[in-house]
Amino acid sequence: MADTHSHSHSDHGHADGEFSHPMPVWMLLAVFFALLGLTFLTVFQAQFDLGSLEIVFSLIIASIKAGLVIAFFMHLVWDKPLNAIAIFSSLIFVALFLGFTLMDAQQYNERLIMDPKNEILENSTPKARLIKTSE
Amino acid sequence: MGRCAFQDPISENMTEVAAHTDGHDHGHHDHPAWLAHHFDDAEQQFDSGKLGMWLFLVTEILFFSGMFCAYVLYRNRNPEVFEFCSAFLNEKLGAINTGVLLFSSLTMAWAVRASQLKQHKLLVGMLGATLGCAAIFLGVKSVEYTHKWSIGLLPGRMYVAQMENGYHSDFDYLTRLCIAPAVLTVLFALYYVYSLVIASKFHQRVAGPLLVAGLCFFGGIYLGQVIEGGEHHGDSHGAHADAGHGEHASHDEEHAKEAGSGTPAPAEANAPSSDTGVALVSTSSGALHDVAVDPKEAAIPNAAVNNQGMAGLFFSIYYCMTGVHAVHIIGGMLVISWLIVKAAREEFHSKYYGPVDNVGLYWHLVDFIWIYLFPLLYLIT
Repeated sequence: MADTHSHSHSDHGHADGEFSHPMPVWMLLAVFFALLGLTFLTVFQAQFDLGSLEIVFSLIIASIKAGLVIAFFMHLVWDKPLNAIAIFSSLIFVALFLGFTLMDAQQYNERLIMDPKNEILENSTPKARLIKTSE
Repeated sequence: MGRCAFQDPISENMTEVAAHTDGHDHGHHDHPAWLAHHFDDAEQQFDSGKLGMWLFLVTEILFFSGMFCAYVLYRNRNPEVFEFCSAFLNEKLGAINTGVLLFSSLTMAWAVRASQLKQHKLLVGMLGATLGCAAIFLGVKSVEYTHKWSIGLLPGRMYVAQMENGYHSDFDYLTRLCIAPAVLTVLFALYYVYSLVIASKFHQRVAGPLLVAGLCFFGGIYLGQVIEGGEHHGDSHGAHADAGHGEHASHDEEHAKEAGSGTPAPAEANAPSSDTGVALVSTSSGALHDVAVDPKEAAIPNAAVNNQGMAGLFFSIYYCMTGVHAVHIIGGMLVISWLIVKAAREEFHSKYYGPVDNVGLYWHLVDFIWIYLFPLLYLIT
């Protein structure tokens, strides 16, 4: 308590207790160009058929981009740890949410909505516009 | 001194209260308009606001995670649906929108810096740039959405199975969508003229960015149409990449221009032609409008997924996620406009920039969500 007290006193001595931390312009630009580069990378890698690895790669790139945005643009690196705890705990809960849902993903019906067999022509087209010529 | 007593031990309370009442007469100098009465000092006010904002962002992330859950579950079950449908999403437009949004994040972060350093003009400019980028994003998105609606790429039961020479609605969605932005732009232009007439620096600083943002929306529409059109001409559909399509694109541009001047174009009424030898006949004379399909996907009919239950569900998820994201963009534009007003009054300085910082956090979160949406929806091979 005495500590906070003296601290606030010294704040008053300053009259301007500076707490703002302006980001240097070069850092903003560097983060922006890094994000842009990663966007090109993710568009580029989408051209190759990587099979099941594709989603892994694009998620890794997206997460690096998201990390850059959170750390620098959102200033979390210099922020109070409490804010970092809040945001990371939310990400943990999202991971739990998705993870638990996926655990029994195979238990659902084969088709989630309807039998697609006869729909392609008859139901999928506005009736007025449907003209059957041959079938 | 206007200092709250709750930090101090009880024993000190008495003296503190005394100091409090004592300081109250000169408290008006001590407690500037930007510092709310219930805060100790500027830093406490800033930290409280920021913590609140982070907690709000937590709820936002959890809110979006519900939709990501639907996505994950559906993609896990039916990866073929995603492969099929993502071919209908225009990768270039998605990439451009990603770039626009990243740039707007840069200008927003720069705006925070400008507000800390009391660079008032730069601050208004950076906020205006952010607003303009948001408008471009929405303009491009409008082109994407209306293009999809017109060829029947609709959610759920409204989905129209895609054929090579498929259905094409004549309803001019884009013009309707442009009415509200056109009206707003005209109002902003009038406001700008008014601000020039009364020669008010403040009103000029507010009206300028708003007008630019309004125009940026139509710039985004133009950009989207150029790319959407270029894509069609570039692809190898041979006979289908025909003059009819070029005509269509220029039609749309005309509509956009008409919308810009505030007069919605009447929908063209075309006689139905029923002699085309395909199973599906659109009511338009331009029955040969090709669907925006990857050349690789030339053989579109794919009965297993090209139906309401499968592809329709994908588009439900697509519209839900991108639509909610777009609503967040619109919300962000509203609060950024509010910031522009405050910035034009030169309210911000190194001890009071919380509003800019917190809106910035929100804006970066919107960017954050898009960073995941873009590869997950557009970039599926």
